[in-house]
Amino acid sequence: MTASVIAHAGDLVELYDVIVVGAGPAGMSAAALMSAEGLSVLVLDENPAPGGQIYRHITLNAQTKRPYLGAAYWAGRPIAAVFMTSALTYAPRCRVWSLDSANPSLDEPYARVGISLGGVARHVQARRVILATGALERPMPVPGWTLPGVMTAGAAQIALKSAGLVPSGRVVLAGCGPLLYQLAVQLKDAGADIVALLDTGGGLRRGWRYLPSFLVSPYALKGAALLFKARRSLRVVSGVRRLQVEGRDRATAVRFKTDRFEETLTVDHLLLHQGIIPDTALANSAGCALEWNETLRAFQPRTDDRGCSSLPDIFIAGDGARMAGALASAEAGRAVALAVMAELSPGDAHPFEARRQGTLRECARLQRGRPFIDTVYLPARHFLAPEDESTVVCRCEEVTVGAIRRAARRGVTGPNQLKVFTRCGMGPCQGRMCGSTVAELLADEQGTEPGDIGTYRLRPPIKPLRLSEIAALPHGDADTFAVTGLHPENATDASPSLTERALCDDR
Amino acid sequence: MFRRLAPISQAVSFEFEGRPMTAEKGESVALALLASGIQSCRDSVVSGEPRGPYCLMGACFECLVVIDGVPSCQGCQVEVKAGMRVVRQSGARSMDEATPS
Ligand SMILES: Cc1cc2nc3c(=O)[nH]c(=O)nc-3n(C[C@H](O)[C@H](O)[C@H](O)COP(=O)(O)OP(=O)(O)OC[C@H]3O[C@@H](n4cnc5c(N)ncnc54)[C@H](O)[C@@H]3O)c2cc1C
Ligand code: FES
Repeated sequence: MTASVIAHAGDLVELYDVIVVGAGPAGMSAAALMSAEGLSVLVLDENPAPGGQIYRHITLNAQTKRPYLGAAYWAGRPIAAVFMTSALTYAPRCRVWSLDSANPSLDEPYARVGISLGGVARHVQARRVILATGALERPMPVPGWTLPGVMTAGAAQIALKSAGLVPSGRVVLAGCGPLLYQLAVQLKDAGADIVALLDTGGGLRRGWRYLPSFLVSPYALKGAALLFKARRSLRVVSGVRRLQVEGRDRATAVRFKTDRFEETLTVDHLLLHQGIIPDTALANSAGCALEWNETLRAFQPRTDDRGCSSLPDIFIAGDGARMAGALASAEAGRAVALAVMAELSPGDAHPFEARRQGTLRECARLQRGRPFIDTVYLPARHFLAPEDESTVVCRCEEVTVGAIRRAARRGVTGPNQLKVFTRCGMGPCQGRMCGSTVAELLADEQGTEPGDIGTYRLRPPIKPLRLSEIAALPHGDADTFAVTGLHPENATDASPSLTERALCDDR
Repeated sequence: MFRRLAPISQAVSFEFEGRPMTAEKGESVALALLASGIQSCRDSVVSGEPRGPYCLMGACFECLVVIDGVPSCQGCQVEVKAGMRVVRQSGARSMDEATPS
């Protein structure tokens, strides 16, 4: 058996039992399990190959050619192999730009997923949708972070995994979290010249109470080995309090400050990373309720113990539900799949439930030790809610810390109003690069928590879509007008993306 | 800039700002540019500062370029193809001109 891999929207059928968005460990595991039980499953992912973030490009890379990617990466091989030999439909290079829950009163009995595949947009329907959209790197706004030459550490990893590219010249990594260390070691093994790793975390004091459970967890040994390797082979500077990027047209130096000293390093590349946060874009645009996770300092979709969101036909699995790591994400994907199977099975749901309990236990075991990591690696306050007034927060519209803090003091009620006043979050990234900082800054000024502030409400399309694609959607002109404000005959191939249209119209 | 760990095995020729470039088949436009020593691919909308790819995973929109005349293409999400003409995306988004504010 092999998965049916499709490249054209015309190859899709109208209705599937389950649509899974995301082919990372969570999505692949969920889809494989459900298809084995005979459900019709469609998996959509924008990347050219399965794997998600951790196992990016796993089916295309040869271990002999890229050994530096490490054992945790190659562990994705069997997961992807099972996925690719399952009786399911898989659409790579497919962007999912909208999601609507079923609405029987409006004669919409199934959930509707807006996709763009092979240059054609379409809606596909499903009885249940599982979002396994993973995580994004938490933005790390520091002075000068918009200069070319500054990237996220994850971006450097993507270049390495998907194209065998390493940053040349002098490389500095800055920020905090286990992934930062892992990346530093990966890049070093691949031959990059890592000048220093500047650790901005400061949470060791907070995390002690979780230490005992961490020490007996699967993370302890791996984590210790990683830290040991990083500290032995790299210059690691702990307790970095301030960070500033210098340069005119590109980053040329990084100035940093600890409690003890100040130093300037010349650089060709600065890689920033301060942890990852759930990618809630699709859930948010579908209207799933979000909640504030204080431990992770991030918004996540509210889910019940089955992984069901606040909308009954939309389930969420993996890092997109809450940060859990790759192994636990795969297990969480299976648990959510079993919950969905129990709902859809015409007969007795009991066998699924028993299996689900086992999966949940395994998931919990894999996550032992996680609170220690989450607490210890929580970014320091001043990197979450920066003080320096001139630092850009919204990269698209170039809105600064100062502008946001002033607006907060004038009493803006939340991110959506801030957007209207300052254009913050109004650019094409739709707030992915500023949302978490904005919530932290507003909370800081108003003496409350981001959970009380909330975050941007997203509107579809959450991924770029050409007007010509919208125009060609098999639906009425009224629909097109409702979404774009334009009549379809005005759309051409050279039309700017609808994301921009939607955002510009937002003014 | 980025360096290739292995030499190009299947070359794809494309153009950036009229200059000939070579990429590996299958890689994205953004990666092809980074590997060719181009760090900045656009100017920001408000102050016209140079910007370049930041996340490489489709989230930040810093990699916007004009491809074969089509503006606002996400370079990190588009596979490089033989004969592609890629141009910097400069100044205000073209939408700003087309949309009444
Ligand atoms: C840049 C980055 C690098 C990481 N590297 C590592 C690592 O090396 N090691 C490690 O242990 N953990 C890593 N992580 C954490 C890691 O993401 C997870 O623990 C694990 O991959 C989570 O699995 P998942 O299945 O939940 O989501 P993911 O693996 O993130 O998979 C989600 C998939 O959904 C796709 N997707 C999302 N939205 C859409 C949409 N609208 N349309 C179409 N497709 C969509 C994404 O492109 C992606 O392929 C990384 C995270 C990030 C953000
Ligand atoms: S580099 Fe971030 S979207 Fe392309």
